[in-house]
Amino acid sequence: MDGSEIKQLAIVSGKGGTGKTTIAAAFAALAKDKVMVDCDVDAADLHLLLRPKILTQEKYFGGKRPHVDLEQCTQCGLCAEVCRFNAIDNGVVNSISCEGCGFCSHICPEEAITMREAFSGDWFVSETPYGPFIHARLGIGEENSGKLVTVVRKKAMEVAQERGLELILIDGPPGIGCPVTASLTGVNLVLAITEPTLSGIHDLERILKLSDHFKIPSMVCVNKFDINLGNTAKIASHCKKNGSRLIGEIPYEPRVVEALVQGKTVMDYPCNEVQGVVHRMWKEVEDSLKVKKCLNTKSFVTG
Amino acid sequence: MIISIASGKGGTGKTTIAVNLVLSLQKGTVQLIDCDVEEPNSHLFLSPTIHQVTSMGIPVPRIDESKCTYCGKCAKVCEYHAMTVILKNVLVFDELCHGCGACSYLCPEKVIFEIEREIGIIQEGSGNGIPFVNGVLNVGEPMASPLIRKTKEKIQKEKIVILDAPPGTACPVIETVKGSDFCLLVTEPTPFGLNDLELAVGMLERLGIPMGVVINKADIGDRKVWDYCDSRNIPILMEIPMDRQIAESYSRGIPIVVENPSYIQKFEGLFEKIENQIAVSNG
Repeated sequence: MDGSEIKQLAIVSGKGGTGKTTIAAAFAALAKDKVMVDCDVDAADLHLLLRPKILTQEKYFGGKRPHVDLEQCTQCGLCAEVCRFNAIDNGVVNSISCEGCGFCSHICPEEAITMREAFSGDWFVSETPYGPFIHARLGIGEENSGKLVTVVRKKAMEVAQERGLELILIDGPPGIGCPVTASLTGVNLVLAITEPTLSGIHDLERILKLSDHFKIPSMVCVNKFDINLGNTAKIASHCKKNGSRLIGEIPYEPRVVEALVQGKTVMDYPCNEVQGVVHRMWKEVEDSLKVKKCLNTKSFVTG
Repeated sequence: MIISIASGKGGTGKTTIAVNLVLSLQKGTVQLIDCDVEEPNSHLFLSPTIHQVTSMGIPVPRIDESKCTYCGKCAKVCEYHAMTVILKNVLVFDELCHGCGACSYLCPEKVIFEIEREIGIIQEGSGNGIPFVNGVLNVGEPMASPLIRKTKEKIQKEKIVILDAPPGTACPVIETVKGSDFCLLVTEPTPFGLNDLELAVGMLERLGIPMGVVINKADIGDRKVWDYCDSRNIPILMEIPMDRQIAESYSRGIPIVVENPSYIQKFEGLFEKIENQIAVSNG
């Protein structure tokens, strides 16, 4: 399949913990012919619901770090003087502060500093009961998560092309910074999950602004809408003003957590009301993306 | 004393803990700094009056092309591919620039100078008598860490400084928590909460920062978070039950201690436990 025919949906939120992964997993159960990709690489959770069987594992090198040959180092201090990140002093590198710019390696009069690729995580191509899944594990305390997002998304595109899949389903990271930007570039549709709280509204406005910045059409889902109906109404009017469609209001339902504890998507666990809303949301999304209709809904666990 | 509030998983209650903790401590002794510059929320609960707004930028290169020989050195040394030289053109991609300064220093003709490019603002003010600072990243800017670094320059060391961190375990979180005397990890007893707690613990161990856990919505989910903390000897310093009343007050921007003052004592207790933990880790 040609890359341009493949549709990409990014599920994001601005604020963390609003239900991105819950919705992404539910859509994974509903959508046909898709590849899933977890772009929340520094706190990835989607694998807990998709039960992946890892097919291949690759190492991720996120950037370079200086390596100092201490025998050549004369402790002249020039590296510390030029480093704007306070990451090197007398040949000792603070790999947490270091941003890998390589300035030190260029100015060292003894040429004692060389830049070496730094191993900063792993990424995986997996098979799941719902289809292929690309995910990653950023090394503990590593940076450059945006670059890793780009790596997993590129792989998802390859898999979609090879297998003739028409949709890439992206579980995005929270925030609006570099991993989010990397998750949004080139997608066809953004689905922003929010909650009817002041924080939820505040963060929704910023993520929708970002989506507009990239000229990507957006839709909105309010999770736990019944916690504060007034705020839900405010979100609805903000969406209207912004030109985003509010496509779903999910009630507060303790069974959503029960499903999660069982390691199941909400479509595989009896929670009727939530399933109904998610199902209608998916219809809106597939209509908007013009992808094939979903699987037969009768196969889902209800009760 | 610097105490950061982090979480791994988003939406577990970092801001709730940060705001209620500062409101429960003696006025004049605390400062609240919101380092979640991508999505700052603390101000929604503290409703501070902002006295000062400062534009914050990072240095980015500009070229005096009348003297440029297009040798390509700048593009060659830039690790972030923020500069390219094509024929007689030097292109600078501002969003990719980390402001390291290598290009201007290493330019053989010395024709590269730097200008400050705004990436966000820092707001300073106070609410309820508590000094407050937050950083707000401009929408569309990818790099949060430099703004967090600048926001942290506002730390008043003599005070008890509470830092509200962003979610996750990547660079913006590290930038926030490094230098803290203690980090409180807020989690919830679900598989997502536990998975991300383990990642956050790994991060703090690498940074060598002493830590404790707050379990929010403690009566949902399962008991695996407790088992994990037991097995790793991580102290659980507070538990907050799932309470629809708390959720509703939160939705309206009302701190728990305002809605239900009996919580003040609980947050005082939390602070005492943190102090004890810091004393223990200092030997």
